[in-house]
Amino acid sequence: MSWIKDIMNPETRLWEEFYRNRWQHDKVVRSTHGVNCTGGCSWMVYVKNGIVTWEMQALDYPKLETGLPLYEPRGCQRGIVYSWYIYSPLRIKYPYLRGVLMDFWHEARASHPDPVEAWASIVENEEKRREYQAARGKGGFRRAKWDECLEMIAASMIYTAKKYGPDRVLGFSPIPAMSMMSYAAGSRFLQLFGGVLLSFYDLYADFPPASPEVWGEKTDVAESADWFNSKYIVAEGSNLNMTRTPDAHFVVEARHHGAKLVVFSPDFSQVSKHADWWIPINAGMDGALWMAVNHVILKEFHVDRQVPYFVDYLKRFSDAGFLVRLEKTENGYTPGGFLRANCLERYRDTEHGEWKLLVFDRRSEEPRMPQGAIGFRWQSENGKWNLELKDAEDGSEIDPQVSLLDQHNEIVQAEFRDFGNERTFQRGVPVRRLETTEGPLTVATVFDLLMAQLGITRGILGEYPSSYDDEDAPYTPAWQEKFTGVGRATVVQLAREFATTAEKTKGKCTIIVGSGVNHWYHANLNYRAGITALMLCGCVGVNGGGLNHYTGQEKVTPAASWSTLAMALDWSRPPRLQNGPSFHYVHSDQWRYEKAFPDFHPREGPFAREHFMDLQAAAVRMGWLPFYPQFNRNSIELAREAKAEGKTTQQEISEWMVDQLRSGKVRFSIEDPDSPENWPRVWLIWRANALHSSAKGHEYFLRHYLGIQSNAIAEEVAQDCLHEVQWRDAPIQGKLDLVVDLNFRMDTSALYSDIVLPSASWYEKDDLNTTDLHSYVHPLGAAVPPCWESRSDWDIFRGLAEKVSALSRVHFPSPFLDIVTTPLLHDTPDEIAQPKVKDWSKGECEPLAGRTMPHIHVVERDYVNLFHRFNSLGPGIKQHGVEDHGIEIPVGELYDEFAKTVPSYEWNGNRYPSLTDVRSAANAVLFFAPETNGEMAYRGFKERERQTGLPLADLAEGQREIQYSFDDLIQQPRRILTSPCWSGIVNNGRAYTGYAMNVERLVPWRTLSGRQHFYLDHEAYRAFGESFPTFKPRISLENTLNLVKSPAAAQSLVLGCITPHGKWHIHSTYSDDLRMLTLSRGVEPFWLNDKDAREIGVEDNDWVEAYNDNGVIVTRAVVSARIPRGLCIFYHAPERTISIPKSPGRHHRRGGGTNSVTRMRLKPVLIVGGYAQHSYRFNDYGPPASDRDTYVVVHKLEGKPEWD
Amino acid sequence: MDVRAQVSMVFHLDKCIGCHTCSLACKNLWTDRPGTEYMWWNNVETKPGTGYPTLYEDQDQYCGGWGLEDGKLRLKLGSRPTELVNISFNPRLPTLDDYYEPFTYRYKNLIDAGPGDDQPVARPISMITGEEMEIEAGPNWDDDMSGSPIYAENDPNLQKVMNEEERRRFFELQQLVYFYLPRICNHCLNPSCVAACPSGAIYKRGEDGIVLVSQEKCQGWRMCVSGCPYKKVYFNWESGKAEKCILCYPRLETGQAPACMHSCVGKIRYLGVLLYDAERIEETASKPDSELVEAQREIILDPFEPEVIRQAMALGLDKKVIEAAQKSPVYKYVKQWRLALPLHPEWRTLPMLFYVPPLLPVTATLSQQGHYELEKDFFSSLESARLPIRYMSSLFAAGDETMVVAVYKKLLAGRMFKRAETVGDIPIEKAAQALEEAQLTPDEVEDIYHLTALASFDEMFVIPPMLREVAIEMGVDPHEFQEERGAGFVQLPSRGL
Repeated sequence: MSWIKDIMNPETRLWEEFYRNRWQHDKVVRSTHGVNCTGGCSWMVYVKNGIVTWEMQALDYPKLETGLPLYEPRGCQRGIVYSWYIYSPLRIKYPYLRGVLMDFWHEARASHPDPVEAWASIVENEEKRREYQAARGKGGFRRAKWDECLEMIAASMIYTAKKYGPDRVLGFSPIPAMSMMSYAAGSRFLQLFGGVLLSFYDLYADFPPASPEVWGEKTDVAESADWFNSKYIVAEGSNLNMTRTPDAHFVVEARHHGAKLVVFSPDFSQVSKHADWWIPINAGMDGALWMAVNHVILKEFHVDRQVPYFVDYLKRFSDAGFLVRLEKTENGYTPGGFLRANCLERYRDTEHGEWKLLVFDRRSEEPRMPQGAIGFRWQSENGKWNLELKDAEDGSEIDPQVSLLDQHNEIVQAEFRDFGNERTFQRGVPVRRLETTEGPLTVATVFDLLMAQLGITRGILGEYPSSYDDEDAPYTPAWQEKFTGVGRATVVQLAREFATTAEKTKGKCTIIVGSGVNHWYHANLNYRAGITALMLCGCVGVNGGGLNHYTGQEKVTPAASWSTLAMALDWSRPPRLQNGPSFHYVHSDQWRYEKAFPDFHPREGPFAREHFMDLQAAAVRMGWLPFYPQFNRNSIELAREAKAEGKTTQQEISEWMVDQLRSGKVRFSIEDPDSPENWPRVWLIWRANALHSSAKGHEYFLRHYLGIQSNAIAEEVAQDCLHEVQWRDAPIQGKLDLVVDLNFRMDTSALYSDIVLPSASWYEKDDLNTTDLHSYVHPLGAAVPPCWESRSDWDIFRGLAEKVSALSRVHFPSPFLDIVTTPLLHDTPDEIAQPKVKDWSKGECEPLAGRTMPHIHVVERDYVNLFHRFNSLGPGIKQHGVEDHGIEIPVGELYDEFAKTVPSYEWNGNRYPSLTDVRSAANAVLFFAPETNGEMAYRGFKERERQTGLPLADLAEGQREIQYSFDDLIQQPRRILTSPCWSGIVNNGRAYTGYAMNVERLVPWRTLSGRQHFYLDHEAYRAFGESFPTFKPRISLENTLNLVKSPAAAQSLVLGCITPHGKWHIHSTYSDDLRMLTLSRGVEPFWLNDKDAREIGVEDNDWVEAYNDNGVIVTRAVVSARIPRGLCIFYHAPERTISIPKSPGRHHRRGGGTNSVTRMRLKPVLIVGGYAQHSYRFNDYGPPASDRDTYVVVHKLEGKPEWD
Repeated sequence: MDVRAQVSMVFHLDKCIGCHTCSLACKNLWTDRPGTEYMWWNNVETKPGTGYPTLYEDQDQYCGGWGLEDGKLRLKLGSRPTELVNISFNPRLPTLDDYYEPFTYRYKNLIDAGPGDDQPVARPISMITGEEMEIEAGPNWDDDMSGSPIYAENDPNLQKVMNEEERRRFFELQQLVYFYLPRICNHCLNPSCVAACPSGAIYKRGEDGIVLVSQEKCQGWRMCVSGCPYKKVYFNWESGKAEKCILCYPRLETGQAPACMHSCVGKIRYLGVLLYDAERIEETASKPDSELVEAQREIILDPFEPEVIRQAMALGLDKKVIEAAQKSPVYKYVKQWRLALPLHPEWRTLPMLFYVPPLLPVTATLSQQGHYELEKDFFSSLESARLPIRYMSSLFAAGDETMVVAVYKKLLAGRMFKRAETVGDIPIEKAAQALEEAQLTPDEVEDIYHLTALASFDEMFVIPPMLREVAIEMGVDPHEFQEERGAGFVQLPSRGL
């Protein structure tokens, strides 16, 4: 055939050089993308003629153990187009300042030599303030000079600190893990100043509250390679192909190794393609299906037949055998609190006896107190906080009876609640009668109560279901059908396959779960239902098993050392750390648009409130949750006043402050949040899209924070439900004096800010990156210097620190005191502070700082030397060591050793390790982290040995010499070491899986019992009916208040609106990238079912309007048979800056984004504190800002889209 | 026996996650220049769907590839003489509408907009006219079944194998399914683009079989665009020349996998050398439809067979290339295991990119109350899976269902066997029986499993040595090349050209 030519003629083929030349490049540099995707992928960036040309994945991950697939290449369609941004027309090359404000500033500076006075002259003039606020988001940016921008920001901060207090200055940057030094730059600066840092994990509703509920842990999950070890994988609310793109192959490969993949997803999602079973469950109803699975597992694998592995697992690693008091009621009994050890004569005098629990021992036929409960953690005697099944008094072996059915004194009828049908049931439970110090008590095991809760009869009298086909009785396979739409036979088979696999493999079943389940209001219940199945089958803490929740790249692997630097703990403590959801719920006034709780709530007792806002205020008052601003007074002035009244010590000032609060002379800001002295004032945003994709209830942000028009039309309805919080009449708007955004692209938040500072992008700076999805640490590297006038975050905040220090010579010339409140914290003795809920403000107990109310600390600040402090690693790290998960790892002489390896920084006559260069700072993180320095790991394990009395240091014995530096990471990503701060064991290339250390090494979970909890006995959980795993349906349309003012129009449909993570962006990043827009629809479209679309006359690619009381979205429709009827998908969270027309239905103003139709709702049980695992820790605990229970009206846009 | 070496590919569709990283790796490297914006040398299609350019599979419209006339191969486009008559009029070309009008946005407005009374926005503008435009199409417009009533429902393959009622049912949730089909140039053994080119500008490299359009010789007739049934040759409107996938020869020549393969996050791609008998190309391409797949397997030679090796060496193939052929993962998938099939073999170009078809979920039924009940198979079976076998065979076997069924039997049996081995809830006897029916041995299952799940880069991409010094030596002494030109020689500098 003539067309196959052996053309070797060099002349004829010389043209081939054309493409060879195109491929040529000058340099290749390792970096990654600092974006919230959990990928954490190592990329090689190609540079040609000093210009970044493209990127390709790195291929040099250190290998895991034999038999596991390789990690590389990691990196997805989004990552590979990052280089487009660098030189794109969206790139922010210079500082920008909005024209109106710039003119005011120039004018003010001309008449005020002092910048702070200049700032005062603007913000104290209400007319000017309103004028520049009103211009926000409406164009009119002007190129500005770095110096004037930094000066204005510093002036606004100093003004605010002087006038209102430093806790009116806030900062937001999410996901430190994605570029942790850039995060640390701003947080370190803010904490030295006394500003407030807002959390992200709970704000995004990515944080799974079930995790602390069950395990006392924020999140601890397997790396993706461990999926391959699994033999039964259920993926729900997690569209692996889309959102775990570089990891998805492990699941696909596991299938070829014999694993089954079951996908729950209302739409035929991308991962469904890989499923053996695709289950199109009704959105938000996953919990009902799992409850039925639990019903079958309990019946067939715990009653009809007992699996020794399962029973043994429950005894050792769960609260199944712990005794619960049954409280007598009118009709019988109701499950109460755990029986406490000090109720028994035998254990009456044990230390912290009310924080130690009891089991019923098969051998002695008596209640016994096993080691490991939280009381053992905080008692004076060390070494008994472990999971050995021994009596803590005499060391005798204990064999806990999981069920008392064979050894009961009596069967009593107890009351159980069904929220699916809003009914109660009386069901028989086997109990023991015990003589206690409180008199005779009736107790049952958690397991027996769980049996009753789930309706497993065992021949006991009571309102038990007749069979699996009993449609009325929760939680039968037939019952769940009406919620999930999934047939009973499928559920039964799923349960059998799941449990059989677990039995045969000793727990290798996993649930991979994410935001699709977690973003609902009842996320915690949806999760606990699934976790229950995992616990019943012994799957947690096993390679290939467990609940693997991924959403939000939250795992800062070297957290102990990083948080020391990031929170400036080397200079001052404690930091001001605020849970984001409460902050925005309160300050952006979303509470004003909410009525009573949208679901079941108690009518009496301490939780009987009408409005969440009252509970929120109580939570702050009682020390459960943080809240800033703290008081209606300036915290600096208060300290000054205390001093003036002769209070000098920490203790005296704290007590003085308690008196001020008790007497009402000073009020918590939360109690009157709309009063101007309680407003937040200056907001620094970096690495974030805080005003848009992170802004649940975006339209309320626009109105109340920024002071501009909003497309929300919801009514303010809270007033009549409030009792403990001051209502102020509308309009409350424009709370913020200054919004500053550091950015490399003109995203929505930048567009709406007052000042935009050009930041170096991810190929222009050095940084560190970690994730849950793999076990490596790798760097961001500067392939080219920061482009145009951009600067790295580290350098921007250093620049700002320098300005603040300079201006402080006049305004804060010498160090001063600042009163700082913090809530009761997890992993500290605070978690045994409140055995009972008592409100000091109601006279139920004494106000005691750090016990019945927040801690009150006094912190010395030194603004003049703030810059020096930023630049130097302070002595605090040497003195206090580093801490994570309650392990304080001593640093001591390692500080001096480190000092020799990095440049030094000298001030005030002292030399410190220098942090002026971000690489030095990164090296400090790596040097003091147990995950990257074997010696630190060894020391940490020694500390854990002391606490638990268990041998553990052998896990680090062979790695003491290992120490990674930034240069090492540039050479090759490095695998983390087994660390006492985490629960996985990764020695010898073993895949990381959560809680392996608990199961294999008997380290307790950080919970009340020290075990995994089926049962949560806190009063709030009992009051709201969530003590047991249970099911509550999604919030009804009526209760969402979504469509009160937005009735359905002609040719329209009301649809549930879900916002899963999309294919062409990571949140908003990449959504404006030309490559992604080209491969998608050129705009973020609205997906709806083909039959639904036909019903309202919408064809594919038509423009549609989707609205509710919160706001409006205008975009194009994608019509597809893969979307279920009644639901629409608007993938989270495109910019509202790209191809968005105006809304004819809402005042002809620009259509919004995903968060334009949301308003956040916080869940009451998740606010409680001071009680074991129910204790606050930043980003690790608190009520998530759920937003998924949302409905919209959709119709075809009339006429042509309006643009201008 | 005319033994030649062909760099060939396997795409394992079961592993494809549809992420399009491949497309973008390619776009970054090769086609972000003026004139190439709409070119997607690598693209990923959702199936069922209409592909890119839209409906390219409809050869009644496009007349790509080869047909048989009296048992002889003929370009469907017409023979060369007719072509020369029609040379300035080529009705079989896709138009811009069949592709899309490349667009960008007025991004700068976001930074530069003056003070106004509402938020500024970046409107779409045409990359061709610079004017504001409505975006009505794109290179991946029916991704993930978007616009299914317009696109997926009109997939020519679906139209061919299902009647209206079957098609309606296919789009109900009990049966609904889609998967991804990534496509690059097939670097065919019998390339119709080469045959269609009036200028002789397209050639198949003798040493590796890569099909290239000479950017020197191309006159811009665009017959290759029409001639290629896969529509994988594109016309650069800026340079006036055709361009297509070059299988990243600058990377292959330096021992690196092509960019699309390197970047494949699903790890679905394999590359290696196949030895084939060039004498039998015409004979092979002329077989009846039902014999095409088997004939294409036949033309691939066993690299371990002494006679093949002897003949190959006699024809000047380097021993290292033969060794590479022996390690080729493509040889295993295509010839040894018979798991990978060509796309649309009935177009008779003898494509050298082969696909392992995807496993897909089981079907379901709706109860009277509308509850969804799944079929009972633990994994799935040929009977229960959402696998329109007829559809698959229309894609990968010129309609021969037995070819596709044979592949699925192997894929399913392999999984059952691994399940039986690693868990044991499927009895080993049952798995062994499935293996027998699929004509697989346990050792083969292990090898397939290894290459599917555990293979390293070196195993997935067995790149033959390209012996660049020998090629360069034909024009200039490599030592001289190193000294005088070396890597720094730049004919057409930098990105943007």
